[in-house]
Amino acid sequence: MGKTLVDKIWEAHKVHEVEGAEVIYIDQQFLHEVTSPQAFDGLRKRDRKVFRLNKNLATADHNVPTWDQHLPIKEPLSRKQVKKLTDNCEEFGVQLFGLGHQYQGIVHVIGPELGYTKPGMTIVCGDSHTSTHGAFGAIAFGIGTSQVEQVLASQCLVLKKPKNMRITIDGQLQKGVLSKDIILYIISKLDTGGATGHFVEYAGNAITDLSMEARMTVCNMSIEMGARGGLIAPDETTIDYVKSKWSGEQSELAAAENFWSTLHTDEDAKFDVEYHFDAGDIEPMLTYGTNPGMGMKVTDHIPASADAKPLAYMGLNNGDSLMGKEIQHVFIGSCTNGRIEDLRLIADFVKGKSKSDNVEVMIIPGSKQVEKQAKEEGLDKIFAAAGFQLREPGCSACLGMNEDKIPAGEYCVSTSNRNFEGRQGPGARTILASPLMAAAAAIKGKIVDVRSEL
Amino acid sequence: MEKFEKVISTGIPLPIEHIDTDQIIPARFLKATTREGFGDNLFRDWRYDKADQPIQDFILNNPRYSGSILVAGENFGCGSSREHAAWAIYDFGIRVVVSSFFADIFKGNSLNNGLLPVQLKPEEMDIIFKAIEANPDVQFEVELPTQSFRIVGTDQVFNYEIDTYKKMCMQNGYDDLDFLLSLESEIEQFEKQQVIF
Repeated sequence: MGKTLVDKIWEAHKVHEVEGAEVIYIDQQFLHEVTSPQAFDGLRKRDRKVFRLNKNLATADHNVPTWDQHLPIKEPLSRKQVKKLTDNCEEFGVQLFGLGHQYQGIVHVIGPELGYTKPGMTIVCGDSHTSTHGAFGAIAFGIGTSQVEQVLASQCLVLKKPKNMRITIDGQLQKGVLSKDIILYIISKLDTGGATGHFVEYAGNAITDLSMEARMTVCNMSIEMGARGGLIAPDETTIDYVKSKWSGEQSELAAAENFWSTLHTDEDAKFDVEYHFDAGDIEPMLTYGTNPGMGMKVTDHIPASADAKPLAYMGLNNGDSLMGKEIQHVFIGSCTNGRIEDLRLIADFVKGKSKSDNVEVMIIPGSKQVEKQAKEEGLDKIFAAAGFQLREPGCSACLGMNEDKIPAGEYCVSTSNRNFEGRQGPGARTILASPLMAAAAAIKGKIVDVRSEL
Repeated sequence: MEKFEKVISTGIPLPIEHIDTDQIIPARFLKATTREGFGDNLFRDWRYDKADQPIQDFILNNPRYSGSILVAGENFGCGSSREHAAWAIYDFGIRVVVSSFFADIFKGNSLNNGLLPVQLKPEEMDIIFKAIEANPDVQFEVELPTQSFRIVGTDQVFNYEIDTYKKMCMQNGYDDLDFLLSLESEIEQFEKQQVIF
């Protein structure tokens, strides 16, 4: 019987087997300030060094301010945690793209953009959105801090192999429907725990038609339906992207390309679970509840079956439409939608328009490189003219660890990945949407169907 | 990691589905650089109001319910990979979380910290919730060697699954790193033959 792409990559990384688990080699670990300090402490307690320095890379993203990054961080605990990362990286010799560095940014934005993420790899980070890197045909997943320490000390993890799921989307996407809508649609169908225990392969022409950045958005949110990770088989689009970031010897590139082109699921491979969806059925999507599975099409009404507790938190009712709902904040950014293509798309849409007076809009670029590129292309001027604030890179209001928070009871249309209670600040009401839907809401001051604005 | 053999305790019922790790420990409390003290902020925004006063109708503030077994709704621990969620629950004094379904990363983090995730069938969860509702003092006996969950004073015994390797680690207080470090030469061998770009 044939093998899935996940089977192939998994088997190529198997170091050892024990009853009920396997030891898997990790090609690349990314580190950030929040989930690493206790791991470095663990190394110190055991008197261990980092086993493979060239396979670990750190950045500061979760806690960092998005204004005045050249000044010391005001919030004392954040400042201490970011400093701890700097000290740990210095002590152990780990490469750090810290605050102020030209390559600093959200860990899942910088990995691909700097050419660290490549097809066929195993990639981990103490962050559940590590699944983003699966867009390159890699096994990439989030881990806990104990596992961060294990990878630092041995470059391996003891794991149980996940089951295989394939989600195929064929057909033509409607105008104004983005890859964010594809993944919100899938999650609304499978629910927030629907892929738990599985690694998902996304397939179908609606997936392969996407750019690398759009594919990253899809893979990024795999965890929101419980999946261990999500990936897309590498193709010409992938290889072109990776080649453009290649920093190795040119002579090795041909061999690398040959290897990458072997990375696909065999035709006779069997998946434990398969889903098929029609791209044409997908509309711009919105969430109405307090987990990403509570999503619907912009033209839908909140289902009668939706639970009372999340709706009470959101100040919404069964049967409500979100169309016309007034909002107070728009957050554009995060590892889901903080890349240059997202910013270009928004700039193109808002050019010559102005934000509504009752809405605050923040745009947080995913990295220093994204910020630089946006300025080079003059996107900053378009945003400024529209009243959108282009700030400095970090995780920002996606999880409210820095000062960027949404006030209690207020609505935020957000391009991020989670609408959990309090995620964007205590009492904040998050509506997840695509960058275009967020930009349209910013202009109108209320939720609209972006398809009628194009 | 502490060894786990058996826990006998009353249970704290939290019959809410999809409890995510942002509820277990909100992100603003993740700034500590040690593993200790997270229990104070366990379920912070469900436990305390904006003025930091206990919210009376939340179960952890109800003196009628206590113990080291948390009985929760399905898909417990979904969302962020923060191990701080497992640390907070353990630091609060919980040693067993029972649910009909756990999110993967949370489950792994729990097992790496001596916190036992016990997955039971939905109908068994109903029986346990009803038993606590009828009598908050009802005791449960959770044994690892026999993989059993018993309602004390009744003949109700439910069995749960755990991977052989993880069971061995929990029973002996071993963590994965002890094991991985013993494989160093095998790992180096692997690296020599690996084809990767």
